[in-house]
Amino acid sequence: MIIAIPKETAPGEARVAATPASVKRLQALGFDVVIERGAGEAASFPDAEYEQAGAKLCQDAKECLSGAGIVLKVQAPNDNELDLIPTGATLVAFLKPAQNAELLQKLADRNINALAVESIPRISRAQKMDALSSMANIAGYRAVIEAAHNFGRFFTGQITAAGKIPPAKVLIIGAGVAGLSAIGTAKSMGAVVRAFDTRAEVREQVESMGAEFLTVEIEEEGSGTGGYAKQMSQEFIDAEMALFREQAKEVDIVITTALIPGKPAPKLWLADMVDSMAEGSVVVDLAAEMGGNCDYTVAEERVVKSGVTILGYTNLPSRAATQSSTLYATNLCHLLTDLTPEKNGAIDINFEDEAIRGATVVKEGEITWPPPPPKLSAAPQQAKKPEPQIQVEPKPEKKTSPLSLVAFWAVAGLLLLLLGKSAPADFVAHFTVFVLSIFIGWQVIWNVSHSLHTPLMSVTNAISGIVIIGALLQVGATGSFLVTILAFVAVLVASINIFGGFFVTHRMLKMFRR
Amino acid sequence: MNSVISMAYLFSAVMFILSLGGLSSHETARRGNVYGMVGMTVAIIATIAGIASGAYLLVGIAMAVGAAIGIHLARKVEMTAMPQLVALLHSFVGLAAVLIGWGGYLDPRVDLEGAAHVIHNSEIYIGVFIGAITLTGSIVAFGKLQGLISGKPLMLPARHWLNLIAILICVVLGAQFITADVSPATIINLLVMTSIALLLGIHLIAAIGGADMPVVISMLNSYSGWAAAATGFMLSNDLLIVIGALVGSSGAILSYIMCRGMNRSFVSVILGGFGSDGGEAAADGEVEGEAVATSHEELADDLNNASSIVIVPGFGMAVAHAQQAVSDLTEKLRKAGKTVRFGIHPVAGRLPGHMNVLLAEANVPYDIVLEMEEINEDFPETDLVLVIGANDTVNPDAVEKPGSPIAGMPVLEVWKAGKVVVLKRSMASGYAGVANPLFYKENSRMLFGDAKDSLQAVLGKLTPA
Repeated sequence: MIIAIPKETAPGEARVAATPASVKRLQALGFDVVIERGAGEAASFPDAEYEQAGAKLCQDAKECLSGAGIVLKVQAPNDNELDLIPTGATLVAFLKPAQNAELLQKLADRNINALAVESIPRISRAQKMDALSSMANIAGYRAVIEAAHNFGRFFTGQITAAGKIPPAKVLIIGAGVAGLSAIGTAKSMGAVVRAFDTRAEVREQVESMGAEFLTVEIEEEGSGTGGYAKQMSQEFIDAEMALFREQAKEVDIVITTALIPGKPAPKLWLADMVDSMAEGSVVVDLAAEMGGNCDYTVAEERVVKSGVTILGYTNLPSRAATQSSTLYATNLCHLLTDLTPEKNGAIDINFEDEAIRGATVVKEGEITWPPPPPKLSAAPQQAKKPEPQIQVEPKPEKKTSPLSLVAFWAVAGLLLLLLGKSAPADFVAHFTVFVLSIFIGWQVIWNVSHSLHTPLMSVTNAISGIVIIGALLQVGATGSFLVTILAFVAVLVASINIFGGFFVTHRMLKMFRR
Repeated sequence: MNSVISMAYLFSAVMFILSLGGLSSHETARRGNVYGMVGMTVAIIATIAGIASGAYLLVGIAMAVGAAIGIHLARKVEMTAMPQLVALLHSFVGLAAVLIGWGGYLDPRVDLEGAAHVIHNSEIYIGVFIGAITLTGSIVAFGKLQGLISGKPLMLPARHWLNLIAILICVVLGAQFITADVSPATIINLLVMTSIALLLGIHLIAAIGGADMPVVISMLNSYSGWAAAATGFMLSNDLLIVIGALVGSSGAILSYIMCRGMNRSFVSVILGGFGSDGGEAAADGEVEGEAVATSHEELADDLNNASSIVIVPGFGMAVAHAQQAVSDLTEKLRKAGKTVRFGIHPVAGRLPGHMNVLLAEANVPYDIVLEMEEINEDFPETDLVLVIGANDTVNPDAVEKPGSPIAGMPVLEVWKAGKVVVLKRSMASGYAGVANPLFYKENSRMLFGDAKDSLQAVLGKLTPA
């Protein structure tokens, strides 16, 4: 089967759906790859490298798509491109199925199978193909870069001979993948970072990235299904707004990333908040495409309102095209790996596979979107009863009471007395040696290093061969033939122990080196 | 002359104590082994000097044959097979103790009266009893480790009662034996007891599962010591008593350490059968989610990108003979400037300290091989953990799930690291038969296949330092 990678035609789109490295991996799955000339140019992947990786170069989209069995794209195709895709082929791209009912219908009419990468369910297994997360990661990084570009000061605080520079304060609204990535980037640039999210469970993640977690004191849980946020109550929103108004006076940079699946972006950063921000501040609205989180946001534009720059760029990943193409191409490779379990270059859109089922929006002329809800959520589900406390009760420290200690030694002493009363003096002397030796052994052995326990076993093995002495005393000395035989065998096996034990210990100890 | 021999014995005893003391650190360990050899040589020479001259030839033959066999075994044994060898050597001590006990009983020179007679007979009886259990128990342990008999615990009905009855019979026979003089009846008495003890040894160890072998071996080590001590009492030989006590307490301490490593009581291990009673059923351990497989290339990438790596080996490494590959990987990563360390669980492998010996064999420097307590705190700061053939010792259920059969067992908390890659042959569970949720954690990846082959493949894909 042929995989075709046409050049992206959407304005401002610099990404490409395959890299030279991914072309190799696709070929390993049994596919042939054709790529339109110049497809990777904007992402700094020259044609020659694709050719070297084994892809066939085509002059234009028409030639490229003509024999295609699978079409890998970044953006949804426009009408021209759609007409070029052969009937029966499979299209993989960001299709925005929620907003693009018309496109889905056209694909269904033309009998083109379609997989929308953004509808891959957020289950653990599908993480490797979760292109939305890969892109969000880059968007979060790039949002900080864009903000820094438009911000007139340093991020990091410094004390210099020319005066003290305060650190920039960054507020990040929405701690999803993009938000967390923005936190990490801003933090590593030296800013003071705060983050807000309606989902209390992300507090740990936010704090692990080094940001301060802001929250409102209202009992409401913002987790929806599938790891996304849901819409909140009015009361909650009011409290949230009050918090934001307070923050607006302090922070220099705001990055908003709040999205609710399939709905216009919630308005969170209102006009009066922008107005109360200091001159020169920057707002980056990552939700611009869905209408924006900020009142002043204009999609694709950089606007300045009351001295505050508001950036509404919709395609931030494309501004880091090399990185985003690499990640996206890898995500697609993983998706295709799951689609071709036989590695024979023929795909199987298997609806038993939850990830593939979720991604598929058109199959054999049928629109199959929306998919059934995913069975498993990456986030803990609230419906379940709360997990039992995982802390294992620390065992009560064994404390021997003085009374039982006295009792123990009293009994032990009494037993010793009894033994002493009936035993001959000879035995008592040996018994003394025995008990004291146990104590010496106890003291010495505890000091043995953990890693030398095996040599310890073999050396104790060797020295317990000392029973040979008993046998030596019996050999030939008793005058009884039977005893001599028994003693002879005992000397023999004890010698095996002595020589074998010492030798193998020596061998082992020789191996230990620093 | 007697005093000279006694002084020689005293010297040997000191040497043996120094020998064990030397094992407290790697630097002095080899010297310790030499002390042991010196002590043994002195003791044997002193003893031979005192014996009847006619026996020199016999002793010479027996010792030469024994030495040849012993050195051959020690030279040939692979480090992965150390547990078997140690078990086998234990059985020799047991055999020697039984034989010497019998010899002491049949010794016509002995002529004791009253309390001395009773005590002498008790010593013989106890020595033979312990020796016989050590003998057959060690042979069964050897068979299990060598794979000659199934590692599964043998569960006879009413097995605890069988053991109890066997011990009771021995006690009753013993009560008759210790007061009686040498006669055909008492010889039969001793024979019966020896047979029962031999069977008891088989049954005791057969009921213990393969995973508990570290405890079994150290326990048998302890028994062999007590057998030697009992022999010493019988022969009124202080050197034997000292050594027996040293070895006996050494084995007891090792058993204790092993049991603590598994959070199990010594008694429950001896009585055998993991999870046979108590604890929630393992079926409860069904884990949600799916394990994600990874490839050699990805693992090589992960290794290239990680700066701090911890390798956690388990019995699987020994099975796959992967220690050399592990060592090569370690060396390459260390040359690339990465921190590579090893985390060893106290019960990893089938012998206390088994992993350390395997890694030492493969020339892994011992100062990067750390104990569980030393490394557990460092996992959150670790980028990548490679779990090679370990399972139960890295099971998060032990900490997170109070109902689990292994709850409370201290484990290596590898899941706290950035990423965990588990090298394993299949998804099968470990000896405890408990599912391992580690494999399903989000930061875990599975690399299926033979550990040695996998590591060698990864090694080829690492970027040269």
